[in-house]
Amino acid sequence: MTCQDQRDLMMAYLDNELNERQKQAFDEHLAGCPNCTQELEEFRRLKQMTDCVALVEPEDRVWEQYWGNVYNRIERGTGWLLFSVAAIILFIYGGFQLIEHLIEDPTVGVLLKIGLLALLGGLVILFVSVLRERVYFWSRDRYRDVRR
Amino acid sequence: MNGTCQDNTVALWDAHSSRKEAFEVIVKRHMKDAYLIALGLVGNREDALELSQEAFFRAYKHYDDLQSKGKFFPWFYQILRNLCFSHLRKRRVRRASSLDDTQYGCPEPEGQECFEPDAIAERNEAKDRIWKAMSRLDDKHREVIILRHFRNMSYDEMAKVLFCNRGTVTSRLFYARQQLKEILEHQRGAPDAECIPGEPEKGGQTL
Repeated sequence: MTCQDQRDLMMAYLDNELNERQKQAFDEHLAGCPNCTQELEEFRRLKQMTDCVALVEPEDRVWEQYWGNVYNRIERGTGWLLFSVAAIILFIYGGFQLIEHLIEDPTVGVLLKIGLLALLGGLVILFVSVLRERVYFWSRDRYRDVRR
Repeated sequence: MNGTCQDNTVALWDAHSSRKEAFEVIVKRHMKDAYLIALGLVGNREDALELSQEAFFRAYKHYDDLQSKGKFFPWFYQILRNLCFSHLRKRRVRRASSLDDTQYGCPEPEGQECFEPDAIAERNEAKDRIWKAMSRLDDKHREVIILRHFRNMSYDEMAKVLFCNRGTVTSRLFYARQQLKEILEHQRGAPDAECIPGEPEKGGQTL
C-alpha cells in the first residue's frame, strides 16, 4: 500500500474508527514512514484544537419555546392553505358571475362582451397548456419513483 | 449523538392519537441536534434557530413522503442541510451584489463576516481562530467537521445522514482537515496546540 492509500486510513485511525487488524497494519506502515508519522502528528494536533471548540447552547427559555414556535408555523401553514384555496374558489366564482352578468346585460356593448369572452378563452387555453406540459414532464420524469 | 439515526418514529406515530402530538415528541428529541448543526453550518444563532424550526415545519408538511418512517433523522437532516446551504448561497449572492454596488473596500474572505465569534463557548484567541478558519471551509467540508467534532457522530452515522458510504466520509474528512490546516497555517504559521485539553489556555478572552 502506498502513502496515498494509507491517507484514507489516517483519518479513521485518528478518530479511532479502525478495527484491530486495520489499526495494526497502519501502525506497521507508520513505523517505516516518517512522512505519514509527521502528517499524522499534525492532524492529531489539529484534531485536539478543533475538539476543544464547543458551540454555545441557548438558554432553557429557547428550548421551552421551541416546539411552540414550530407548532405556530404548522398552524399558520394550515391557515394559509385554507385561505388560499378559499380565495381561489371565491375569485373564480366571482369572476364567472361577473362575466355571466355582463354577457347577459343588454346594455353592455358587443365589443366588451367579445373582449371578455376572448379573455376567458385565453385563460382556459393557458391553463390547459400548462397542465399538459406538467403532465408530459411528470410522465417522463426518471426520478419520480425514487424512494426517499 | 449516538442513536439519533436509529430513532423509532413509526412506533411514536402509532402510539400517539394526534399527528401533532407525535411530532412534538420528535421535535423535542431532535431540536438540540438540529439547532447546533444549523449553527455550525451558518454560524449565526438567530439564523440557526430560524432554519432549524423551518426544517421541522417542512418535515411535518412532507412527512407522508418519507417511505422508511424509521429513518426520520437522516431524512430530516437532508431538509435541514439543504435549507442551510441555500441560506448560505443567498447570503453570498447578497454579499456579492452589495460589493458590486460599492465597488471599493477590501472584503474579508468569503463567509467569514457572518460567522459570529460568540457562537462558540468559552472563547479565547485560539478558539476564535479555529472558528474563523472553519467559516472559510467549503460547505461540505465544514459539514463533516461539524458532524464529527461538534455532534460527535461516528463514521457510520455520518454516512447515514449524508447518504454516502464510509469511504466518502473518510475522504471528505481528510480534505476538510487538510483545508483547515492550510487555512490555519496561512493565518499564522503552523497550527499550535494552544488549547489542547488539560493544558492551560493562553490569550484568554473568555466572555
